[in-house]
Amino acid sequence: MSSTPKARPATAPVVFTANRLRDGRVVWLGAEGSWVEALAAARVFPPEAAAEGLALAKQGERQQQVVGVYGVEIRHLAGAPVPLKFRERLRAAGPSIAAEPAGWRLAS
Amino acid sequence: MNVIASRPAPQYPPHARTYRYDEIDREFLAERIAEFSDQVARRLRGELTEDEFKPLRLMNGLYLQLHAYMLRIAIPYGLLNATQLRQLALIARRWDRGFGHFTTRQNIQFNWTKLEDVPDILRALAEVDMHAIQTSGNCIRNVTTDEYAGATPDEVVDPRVYAEILRQWSTLHPEFTWLPRKFKIAITGSPNDRVAAQVHDIGVLAKRNVAGAMGFEVHAGGGLGRTPLIGRKLRDWVPEDEFLGYMEAVLRVYNALGQRDNIYKARIKILVRDLGDAFVEMVEREYATMPRDPYRLDPAIVAAIAAHFAPPPFAALNDIAPPEDPEFAAWASRSVRPHRQPGYASVTISLKPVGGIPGDASADQMEVVAALAERHSFGEIRVSHVQNLVLPHVRQDELFAVWQGLRAAGLATPNIGLISDIIACPGMDYCALATARSIPVAQRISERFADLDRQLDLGECFVNISGCINACGHHHVGHIGILGVDKRGEEVYQVTLGGSATNDAAVGELVGPAFSYDDIVDAIETIIRTHVAHRALGERFIDTYRRIGLTPFKEALYAAA
Repeated sequence: MSSTPKARPATAPVVFTANRLRDGRVVWLGAEGSWVEALAAARVFPPEAAAEGLALAKQGERQQQVVGVYGVEIRHLAGAPVPLKFRERLRAAGPSIAAEPAGWRLAS
Repeated sequence: MNVIASRPAPQYPPHARTYRYDEIDREFLAERIAEFSDQVARRLRGELTEDEFKPLRLMNGLYLQLHAYMLRIAIPYGLLNATQLRQLALIARRWDRGFGHFTTRQNIQFNWTKLEDVPDILRALAEVDMHAIQTSGNCIRNVTTDEYAGATPDEVVDPRVYAEILRQWSTLHPEFTWLPRKFKIAITGSPNDRVAAQVHDIGVLAKRNVAGAMGFEVHAGGGLGRTPLIGRKLRDWVPEDEFLGYMEAVLRVYNALGQRDNIYKARIKILVRDLGDAFVEMVEREYATMPRDPYRLDPAIVAAIAAHFAPPPFAALNDIAPPEDPEFAAWASRSVRPHRQPGYASVTISLKPVGGIPGDASADQMEVVAALAERHSFGEIRVSHVQNLVLPHVRQDELFAVWQGLRAAGLATPNIGLISDIIACPGMDYCALATARSIPVAQRISERFADLDRQLDLGECFVNISGCINACGHHHVGHIGILGVDKRGEEVYQVTLGGSATNDAAVGELVGPAFSYDDIVDAIETIIRTHVAHRALGERFIDTYRRIGLTPFKEALYAAA
């Protein structure tokens, strides 16, 4: 269920992600319905509780805090949640490339 | 930047040789920004849901991507003046992360836009007669044209005049605001297609007949994406005064019959493919029923627009020999091309440094290009659909100074048309639709082939990379095309060979099973080595491929399997 709520039932632990309304940045459902920027701080739901997690995450949409909620299956690696799919690992880590062109900046 | 400071910049009228807004345009834009600013404010206050807001933001060029909002700004047919480029630099610096990404539609994208900043950005754009309207949605998108328009010696007709007419016609056209799918038009005025006309929804060749009259050859139904197709010629000749009427007829037939119930079959290419000759006949029937006068392109209007694109005040010069500097000569051999005006040349600025992100330019680089354009190219800059920039009108005796200025800004990579001049979409590093990364693959290929002597030995070779089947990186028409796809949650890359976007347009052929992210660059290396082993004297990659076919490449790539 890594891309849409309608996907197959989760078979691995799940975290919930969205984009923050104000600036579009990637956020994760944290404790007590909060939205956090670090995947490490995301609340992890066991597969059987994925529906409960989704319902909680959807509150963030209804409250106009976030956009595009969906669940991401993860595994734990050295105690930290790691998405199973590459796309979601990239979403958690940010672009894999330098943040600006190989570039060049005028000396100030 | 001593080169830039060497003499005072000449003054040119604003909007020299670009489109021109009048007060009605500016008033409309101000009203549109006020409207969208209010919509943004209501969204931020929670008064609009995302379902309500999404179509509104898309109509203003604002996407929500993987990591942030992305604002796509229209650069009409790739023309910028120095003031506009400076304003894009200001936007990049003030509201984004200090850079922008030039696209295959001759537009620019900012990848880190905040929703709350968008009204300010749109106001900044409007100050220089720019906007982000019709850069998204199922409407007629930015019309593209030849980046060397008005400068290249092989040009028969200046396509900017008709690109501008198409811009005015298609902007906010009430009948074509909700088409079955997006609609892309390219127009060229040269017999040498540099706009990929045959893989557009409509591709237009402006030309003259033996009597010297203006007319248009119109193709339709080309496209890439999930179903790559070469367009079909609808008419060999549409007289100038009937141009808009005929375009209107094509759009009407598509608008009426395009498959709105299936996004994968909604582009005009599917309609043209499925209907064949019947589509052409339907267009003709539609056109025959349309009143001619309302659509007649008045010669006075054409003349008025053509006046906006009058040649700049060229000096009377003769062609000269270039300076004897090996490094300059290496750059010039790739980046300088002939001009129709004696003593002048066009300069292509590579946005593909070794290991760089294709199409990206920093705010500082944009300002350097703007300054060079003001000083050396009558204030004009072009964006090419292969994601480079062009200074169209440079005096030959100033080329060395331009090169020095570009070199100091990291903009003088001498690789135009070579294997490292790669088209790449943003891919999964930015795009929410992508199934794999494009940019780091392009970076690794350009690093692998960084040796300029090797690139020059290989000669012209176009590598195009897309991060999903939507094909924004035009992979189908690359001599070597790379398509990143998702396979069980990991990236793999399919390779096609033999594509072309020029007069001999062709869709590349899939070579075989996909390669992993780690293996894709070695696969390209194997393809190139196979080409070198089989090539005849002077053959480009595409020539060798067409002569020997897919099999030798397939055997080399999968020999170990």
